[in-house]
Amino acid sequence: MKVRLKVWRQPGPNAAGGFETYDTPELNPNMSFLEMLDVVNDELTRRGNAPIAFAHDCREGICGTCGLTVNGRPHGPGQGTATCQLYMRNFEDGATITIEPFRARPFPVLQDLIVDRAAFDRIMQKGGFVSVRTGAPQDANALPVAKPAAELAMDAAQCIGCGACVAACKNASAMLFVSAKVSHLGLLPQGQPERYRRVAAMVRAMDGEGFGNCTVTGSCEAVCPKNINLAFIARLNRDYAVALLKGE
Amino acid sequence: MKLDAKIPSGPLEQKWTRHIAESRLVAPNNKRKYRVLVVGTGLAGASAAASLSELGYQVTALCFHDTARRAHSIAAQGGINAAKNYQNDGDSVWRLFYDTIKGGDFRAREANVHRLAEVSTRIIDQCVAQGVPFAREYGGLLANRSFGGAQVSRTFYARGQTGQQLLLGAYSALMKQVGAGAVRLLANTEMLDLVVVDGRAQGIVTRDLNTGKIERLAADAVVLATGGYGNVFNLSTYARGSNATAIWRAHRRGAGFANPCFTQIHPTCIPVSGDYQSKLTLMSESLRNDGRCWVPARAGDKRRPREIPEAERDYYLERMYPAFGNLAPRDIASRAAKRVCDEGRGVGESGLGVYLDFSDSINRLGLDAIKERYGNLFDIYHEITAENAYETPMRIFPAVHYTMGGLWVDYNLMATIPGLFVLGEANFSDHGANRLGASALMQGLADGYFVLPNTIGNYLATLKPGACPAPDGPEFLAVEAGVTAKLKRLLEVKGQRTITDFHKRLGRVLWEHCGMARNRRGLEEAIKLIPALRQEFWEDVRVPGDAGNLNQSLERAGRVADFLELAELMCRDALAREESCGCHFREEYEEEGECKRRDAEFAHAAVWEWQGEEQAPTRHTEPLAYESVKMTTRSYK
Repeated sequence: MKVRLKVWRQPGPNAAGGFETYDTPELNPNMSFLEMLDVVNDELTRRGNAPIAFAHDCREGICGTCGLTVNGRPHGPGQGTATCQLYMRNFEDGATITIEPFRARPFPVLQDLIVDRAAFDRIMQKGGFVSVRTGAPQDANALPVAKPAAELAMDAAQCIGCGACVAACKNASAMLFVSAKVSHLGLLPQGQPERYRRVAAMVRAMDGEGFGNCTVTGSCEAVCPKNINLAFIARLNRDYAVALLKGE
Repeated sequence: MKLDAKIPSGPLEQKWTRHIAESRLVAPNNKRKYRVLVVGTGLAGASAAASLSELGYQVTALCFHDTARRAHSIAAQGGINAAKNYQNDGDSVWRLFYDTIKGGDFRAREANVHRLAEVSTRIIDQCVAQGVPFAREYGGLLANRSFGGAQVSRTFYARGQTGQQLLLGAYSALMKQVGAGAVRLLANTEMLDLVVVDGRAQGIVTRDLNTGKIERLAADAVVLATGGYGNVFNLSTYARGSNATAIWRAHRRGAGFANPCFTQIHPTCIPVSGDYQSKLTLMSESLRNDGRCWVPARAGDKRRPREIPEAERDYYLERMYPAFGNLAPRDIASRAAKRVCDEGRGVGESGLGVYLDFSDSINRLGLDAIKERYGNLFDIYHEITAENAYETPMRIFPAVHYTMGGLWVDYNLMATIPGLFVLGEANFSDHGANRLGASALMQGLADGYFVLPNTIGNYLATLKPGACPAPDGPEFLAVEAGVTAKLKRLLEVKGQRTITDFHKRLGRVLWEHCGMARNRRGLEEAIKLIPALRQEFWEDVRVPGDAGNLNQSLERAGRVADFLELAELMCRDALAREESCGCHFREEYEEEGECKRRDAEFAHAAVWEWQGEEQAPTRHTEPLAYESVKMTTRSYK
C-alpha cells in the first residue's frame, strides 16, 4: 500500500509553519504508523531533505511521548491507543492522511510535530504526590485497601500524561489529566491527609498554565489512550468544591 | 585498574547492617554543601534523586526525555519481587537471595545480591506509602503472583503496568522535591561526556536537545542511572531512545565495563514481522503462569494450531524441564525456543516463533479470569498482530530485553572512577549472567531508595564541603571542546547512508554472532566486521541538519556511533569467556544442550579497561568468592 501525507512542518518554536505533502514509498500494512514515518524520514534524508521531527520513545503505548493529531484526531483513529499503537492496516491504500502536532496554547510547538508539555510537570510539582520521605514506613499490609477502591485508583493511575485530552478539547482543558491524578491518590487511604490541599493546588496550577475550562463535552475521554473515564472529572469537581469550603 | 569490591567482612546476613553502621556520615548542615548530579530519571535515577535531596544534598537531575516520567522503566509489565512471604509459601530473604544467585548462574556477587533481597521488603512498604496502586485481594491485602525461576509467589504487581506505577511513584517523589526547590531538574538534556579532574568524577557536559546548547555541570559526585544498552542490537524491547552513551563515554574516561556480553534475551516477545520493524514488543513473562509453550512435534507441520491434535504437539518446556515447566527461567526458555525453531518446528510465516497457548487455562479458570489477569496484554497482542489470542494461541519469539553487564561498581555502587556512581541496569552488580523476572524493578529501586543514600556518604565525607569548583577549569573546557568536535564531525561526514542503515546492519551482526548462541568462529568474524562497519559509518553516514537546534538525527547518530564501539567490546568479552553460563551460551561448552560452566577458570566478573580508539581493551577480573552458597549446576529439570 501507499499513502499521501499532509504533514505540519515548522522549523522552530518561533518560525511560521505550514503543511507539506509527501507520497510514501510502498508500505506493508502491518507497519506501525510511526514505522511508516521512519521509512518516510529515511527517504527524506537520502534525498537531502530534513526529516520530519516527531516525538516517540517506548513504541508500546505506555511512555506517553508520542502524540500526533492524525486526520484531526489526537492519536488517530484507534480506540484506547496511543499513536505508536496505530497500524497502517487501519488506513485505506491510497488514502491522504493529515498529520499535525497536538494543538493547544499551553503546549507550544518546538519543531514540526513535537510540542512542549512541561506544563503537566509543573502541575504535578504542586501536589501530584503523597508527602512521604524515603525511609521506613509501616509494613505494606498494615494498610488494607478495599479491592474496588484499589482498582478504581488504578484506572485513574494508568494515565500516561500524553496530553491528548488537552489537544482534543476545544478549550484546551487539562481536567482529565488532573482529575486522573487527583482521583488516583484521593481514592487511596495514603492520599487522604493531603487530599484537599492537593486538589486546590493542582487546579490553581492548571489554571495558571493557561489550560481552559471544562464544559464536559467528553472529547478528552474519547481520545484517551488509556480510556480514563470522564467520571473522574466529576470526582475532581466535588473534591475541589469541598477544598474551597475548607478554605484550601 | 584496581578492583576493590569493598565487600564488608562478617557473616553474609550482617554485612549490610554492619556496613551502614560503619559507613561515614555527612552532617545535616554539611549535606547542602555537596552537589550531586543524577543522570537518568528511571526507577533508579528518580528514586535516588528524590532520596538524596530529602537527605539534604543539592541535587541536579537530568533526563533526555521531555519529562522525568517517561524513562523506559515505565514499560516493565510483570512485577517486582520482594521477600515478604505474605503467601506463607516458604519464602524468605535467604530464598530470594538464593534464587537470584542461582538464576544468575553464580556469576553475581553474593554480598550485593543478599543486600538486594534484604531491602526488597522495604521497597514494597515505601511504594505503598507513596500510593502505588498494587493489585489487592478482596480482604484489602496485597496480591502476589509467581514468576519464572521461582517456586514461591513473591511478585507484587499493578495489572500489567507495574513498571509504570512504580516509576510514577518515584517520579511523584521527585516532583515533590522539584516543587520544593530542592532538586533542579533538566529535561530534554543528554549527557555527552564525563569530566574527570585529579582522577575523580567532577562533572559532566550536556546538550540541551531542544536548543542544542552545550553546558558544563560540576558536582562532588556523578550518579549514572541511564539504563541498559540492549538497543545496540537495534531490534529489542527497549524504547527507541534508550542508549549507552552516558555509560560508554564514562567507560572511555576510565570506568571499567563489566561483563558486557551478558545480554538477556526474553523468551516471550511478539515475533518480527518485517524489515521496517523498529522495535519488539514484550509479552510479560507472567503469561507463562497460565500459558503453555508448544510447537508441532513434526518439522514443517504447517497446519493451523487448532488443527494439530494434542498428541502431535510438543510442550517442549514441560517435557525438558518438568520441575519448572513453563516457568523455567528466561535464558533457558529462550534457548529452548531457539532450539525447536532451529529444528524446523517454528511457527508463523517466518518459522521464528512458538505458540503460547491459553486454552487449558481458559477451560480451567474461565475466560473472565484470564481477561482480568492479562486483558491488557491480549489487547496489545491484538493491536500488533490483529489476532485474537483468546481463540488462537499467541505466537512468541525471544528478543533482546535487558543487559546484566554494565559499568563495574563496588559494594558502595562506585565505579572505578572515584566519585562516579552507577545504579540500576547501568551497573553490572546483581544479576550475574541472567536476571530473573521481576528483579529489575527491585534492583533499580533498591539502588536508588536504599543503597546509594546509605553509601554515597562514604565518598562525600572524604571531600571538603562546599569545595566543588565552578565548571570552568581546563579539564571542563577540554571535554566540552571534544563534545563539540564530535558533533561537528558527525555532521560533516555528509555521506550516502542513513543512520538506520548502520544500526540495522550492526544489529544483524550482533544478533547472529553474539545473540542466543555464540561460538569462537562467529565472534572472531564479528570482531572483524564491526570495526569495518564503524569505519564505514564515519566515512559514509548522512546526518542532516545542524547542532544548534532540535535535531533528532544528530542525537541518534551519536548513540549509534557509541553502539558501534560497544558492540565490539561485547564480542571480545563473549570470546574471552570460554564457558557457558546463564545467558552466555558458547556452543563449545555445553552438556546435553545445557550450559557448562567452568568455575575454576571463569568464576569472576570480567572488567574491561578502555585503551583508546582502535586499541584492544584490557581485560581484568574480579574473582567471585562464594562463602555462603555452594556453586551447583543450575538445573530446572
